[in-house]
Amino acid sequence: MAKYKYKAENEKDRCVACGVCVKVCPKSAISIYKGCYAVINEEECVGCGICGKNCPAGVIHKVENKEYVK
Amino acid sequence: MWVVSATYFALGFFNIVFAWFGVICFLIPLLIAIFGGGKQYCNHYCGRGQLFLKIGNSLGWSKGRLAPRWLSSKYFRHGFLVFFLFFFVQMVWLTVEVAKGIETLHETIHLMWSFDVPWHWAYRTEITPWKAQFAFGLYGIMLTSLIVGVILTIVYRPRTWCVFCPMGNMTQQISKLKAGKK
Ligand code: SF4
Ligand code: SF4
Ligand code: SF4
Repeated sequence: MAKYKYKAENEKDRCVACGVCVKVCPKSAISIYKGCYAVINEEECVGCGICGKNCPAGVIHKVENKEYVK
Repeated sequence: MWVVSATYFALGFFNIVFAWFGVICFLIPLLIAIFGGGKQYCNHYCGRGQLFLKIGNSLGWSKGRLAPRWLSSKYFRHGFLVFFLFFFVQMVWLTVEVAKGIETLHETIHLMWSFDVPWHWAYRTEITPWKAQFAFGLYGIMLTSLIVGVILTIVYRPRTWCVFCPMGNMTQQISKLKAGKK
């Protein structure tokens, strides 16, 4: 039941919780879980990939959403 | 907040006494993390991080390339933290020695962990030697990380420094400990 073809996915074990992705996400879909790592709200994420382009650690990625149906 | 950071470096250039304000940048993030605020400091308040975003994005100086992946590995991040703490302890040790009168005041800035750069012009107001020594030491650390951070911002993405920033790492580890306990 996904509306968009892509979504963002985060490598939690490498995320440094800097918050850059939170700042750039146009849908405000990302938050930092207790200072540990970024979590993406999949309901809000439109899969634009802006977060991935800005993450200084390069650990948040735009991936194909497997639940997407045309 | 980036204005605060820029002001800090400017003031330290003219009068080293202002370097003492840098202590705030070490204590506040740790206190926030210890009292459950997570990485609020990095996420919202850190002037240095915002300065990198300003230089990289607003001024457009950043190439926006992704830094090598090993920068975000645990080994590198923790290794750098140890490296950083070693120099921090060394700086405090020198301060203690100056306070005891074993060492004389070094009116230099220790840059990039190796060079001593003369900085005597910034020593305008006579203060207790150890207080001045600490100011010089701290300013050296702050300036080093600024230089490294700016270079990384230009070559790679803004805030690449934040990937292995010792303060950012420490606050994240504290946050993880706290989150794990609950
Ligand atoms: S920008 Fe990257 S490293 Fe920073 S919080 Fe987001 S996913 Fe984590
Ligand atoms: S892909 Fe776009 S909408 Fe989704 S979390 Fe990243 S920036 Fe936000
Ligand atoms: S990681 Fe370091 S430089 Fe980056 S925002 Fe946090 S404290 Fe500031």
